[in-house]
Amino acid sequence: MDFPIFHLDFMGDRLLIAIIAVLHVLINHGLAVGFIPLVTWIEYLGFKKGGKNAIVNNEWDQLAHRLMTVAFIITTTIGAMTGVGIWFASSLVNPASIGSLIRVFYGAWFVEWTVFVTEVVLILLYYLSWKRSLVSIEAKAKHIKLGAALSIFSWITMSIIVSILGFMMDTGSWVENKTFIAGFTNPIYIPQLAFRTPLAALMAGAIGLFLTKLFTKNGSSFQQDSSKKIALWMLLMLPFTLAGALAYYFKIPELMIGNLPVAVGTMDFQSWYDLLVKFIIGALTTVLLIAGTVYFKPKLKIPTIVYILPVIGMLGFAGIFERIREFIRKPYVIGNYMYSNTLRKEDYPLFKRDGVLAHATYSPVKEVTEDNKLLAGEQVFMLSCSRCHTTHGINSVVDKFENMYSLKAGEKLNGDLMKNYIKHIENARYFMPPFPGNEAELDALVEYIKHLQEDGTPIDNPVTSMR
Amino acid sequence: MFNHILLQTPVPRDLPLDLPLPKEVLIVLLVFSFLLHILFVNLMVGGSILTLWSQIKGLKDKDYDTLAHEIAETITVNKSLAVVLGVAPLLSINALYTVYFYSANALTGIFWISVIPLVTVAFLLTYAHKYSWKVLENNKSLHISIMGLSVAIFLFIPLIFLVNINLMLFPEKWNTIEGFAHALTLPNVFPRYFHFLLASLGTTGLFIFWYFGRKSYDFESHFTTLTRYEIRKKAYSLTFGASAAQFIIGPVVLLTLPTKGFSWHLIFTIGTGVIFALPAMYWIWKGITGKAEDIANNFWKVALTLGLTITFMGSGRHIYRATALAPHQKLVEAKTIAYEKEVKKATEEMKNAPAEKPASDSPGETIFQAKCSACHAMDVKVVGPPIKEMVSIYKNDAKGLHDWILKPGKKRPDYPQMPALGLSEQEINDVANYILEQK
Repeated sequence: MDFPIFHLDFMGDRLLIAIIAVLHVLINHGLAVGFIPLVTWIEYLGFKKGGKNAIVNNEWDQLAHRLMTVAFIITTTIGAMTGVGIWFASSLVNPASIGSLIRVFYGAWFVEWTVFVTEVVLILLYYLSWKRSLVSIEAKAKHIKLGAALSIFSWITMSIIVSILGFMMDTGSWVENKTFIAGFTNPIYIPQLAFRTPLAALMAGAIGLFLTKLFTKNGSSFQQDSSKKIALWMLLMLPFTLAGALAYYFKIPELMIGNLPVAVGTMDFQSWYDLLVKFIIGALTTVLLIAGTVYFKPKLKIPTIVYILPVIGMLGFAGIFERIREFIRKPYVIGNYMYSNTLRKEDYPLFKRDGVLAHATYSPVKEVTEDNKLLAGEQVFMLSCSRCHTTHGINSVVDKFENMYSLKAGEKLNGDLMKNYIKHIENARYFMPPFPGNEAELDALVEYIKHLQEDGTPIDNPVTSMR
Repeated sequence: MFNHILLQTPVPRDLPLDLPLPKEVLIVLLVFSFLLHILFVNLMVGGSILTLWSQIKGLKDKDYDTLAHEIAETITVNKSLAVVLGVAPLLSINALYTVYFYSANALTGIFWISVIPLVTVAFLLTYAHKYSWKVLENNKSLHISIMGLSVAIFLFIPLIFLVNINLMLFPEKWNTIEGFAHALTLPNVFPRYFHFLLASLGTTGLFIFWYFGRKSYDFESHFTTLTRYEIRKKAYSLTFGASAAQFIIGPVVLLTLPTKGFSWHLIFTIGTGVIFALPAMYWIWKGITGKAEDIANNFWKVALTLGLTITFMGSGRHIYRATALAPHQKLVEAKTIAYEKEVKKATEEMKNAPAEKPASDSPGETIFQAKCSACHAMDVKVVGPPIKEMVSIYKNDAKGLHDWILKPGKKRPDYPQMPALGLSEQEINDVANYILEQK
């Protein structure tokens, strides 16, 4: 409405955010929040095993250092940049939504920033002073404390951002009183945090076990000892992750009721919900089997490839939770305040009265006429559909209609049916926002989609072309 | 035919949410956190350029290779701080200049988002370069190319930011700008770009002067022919040369800015900044031309006065923006208020409108129109089967129809699944009765 529209008409705008965000979450959980405490623990074990004549046991210390090298390089490049990337992508795709979140959460984000700066300074100190810490027992003990401090700060960063994520799903009492505290203490904050904490630790364990297999000599007793410790770490985190996942799983339907006019039970949700169970069982069983074998039968030879399974399992597990989190907040992008088309719920009466075009700053047409119908239709599409749908790419609006009406190749869309459908779209598909515009705009939109079906050209958007 | 609209300055509405803090507080946070951020960006960019230069020179003189290695060690630290310190100004500019910043972002869309992968690659390259010094000892051309690529990226990224920062100042261009390349032609982009590059070199010169001058730094164990004095003199000379060039490029930056943001306040602020730079230049000159042991005598005074210069320049930058955007911000505010009034009015009208006549007297038909008619019609298949077919299936099985509506599913392979509708018991009975009444 108030911003020039950025639209990727092949991959879809949501995928842009999804790729960056999922990558960030996986790195944040798997290589920072859960991983740093694991590395610090291994470093501590090496310190304890140092014996009388040495400050540390070299094998253990080197393993900890190598694991930290991986974490350091990835978190300070891809990890850091995808974190910024979520903001960059959101400012393009959902400016109204990210802008509103920043207005509400500026304080939290600012505190987050100070924690974040501390975290970066600590990670630089921790990693870059590793070699210098080997000069004395005191220096090493201090270095391990640095690791512990870094672990705590990594966790605090996550715990703040989880509040904002929770807010987007369930705005709690914020919609009524619009205060910062009301937003910050939204009802799913604690369940999410309780789930993400052991999840991060378990992901880190899976990655750590795999890397240890790569970094140590095959069949050596050190490989067995160190892998056994990491397996123990995983086995300890497993029940907490399971409990957190189940709590979250059973909380989801409850969360949705707040958002949805209808009860759970549609195909789209059910298929995600069923898939979630499969991922919970599948990933955690894999972890249990492999960590259990490594722990109880350390001498058993397992090929390296098998060690990848828990990593894939855990990454998939975390990924599917993010996908569901995205899904269950529909039809809103900010619960009960802003629909996923980034139009505010409270603005709908005005749009219904005047149409969306009349209030769209950048639309070259403000009113639908016989002459501008297609152009107006394209604008209506860009304003009310394009945040989630493309013309012919991923999640294409044409495909959606063709599939829904089970059209055979060559069959044309029926405009009257589409109009009636879009008019009641929020009743037929609970995850869709209601159509915001007036009758004439609905008419133009349908004309435009019909035109799209016949004409395969995607939208040429000056904003997203390489000009 | 749409030209008259395109030629107008777009006046969007602001988000109808209050600023999180008083405006003045946000401005102070924005200006100071930005200066902190840009300081480390300068060190990252300047450090990379100097590493590249020094390593190429190091092909002939081993000590310069060592110098390159020593500077490279600092880039990977400075770059992490540059990123993390960028969060606060980003947050603040998002809150304060929501409409302006996001509009500029969107108008340069693909380039704006490409900052993320490009910088990530540049960062990975700096690590690859730093940690492969020994491995690639005998393949210097490859090793230097890694840094070269990283420098190339670091030199390109500032253009993207400068285009955005420029574009947000000129709402009158938003309707006609067509992407990044077009926005590069805004008059002030390149002068500011060179202003930034010179600042990077100048700041990095001062940093290197300090870094290699630290008492704790064991200089002799690293270098064989180069002396501490030589490196420090070169670093100081770099700062001097870059700052002297700013006396030329600075006025160009100022003169290429559209006049709409000029004010005496701006001239005064920038002028004060320039005045602070003068003694710094004098002290640096004295250091370079004086005795070797006296070179660092005035270093902290130089750092302080140049720090003040940068603070005044950074404030001037904000003052220009504030002045340039003030008239447009007033329009935006007025439009936002008027719009919110209309929203309230429309909401009231909707509430007070005589309740829309139900589609029919029969409650079942009303529910059917609202909840079912998107997918079901009387005689033809729409999404799901027609009413006639339902009647033929359920005419003697009202309970079956009731149960299906309560908990629908998927029966036919070539039809999509029916969603649950969340109807009450009464509503289900009404709509089921309505359906079965149709013959």
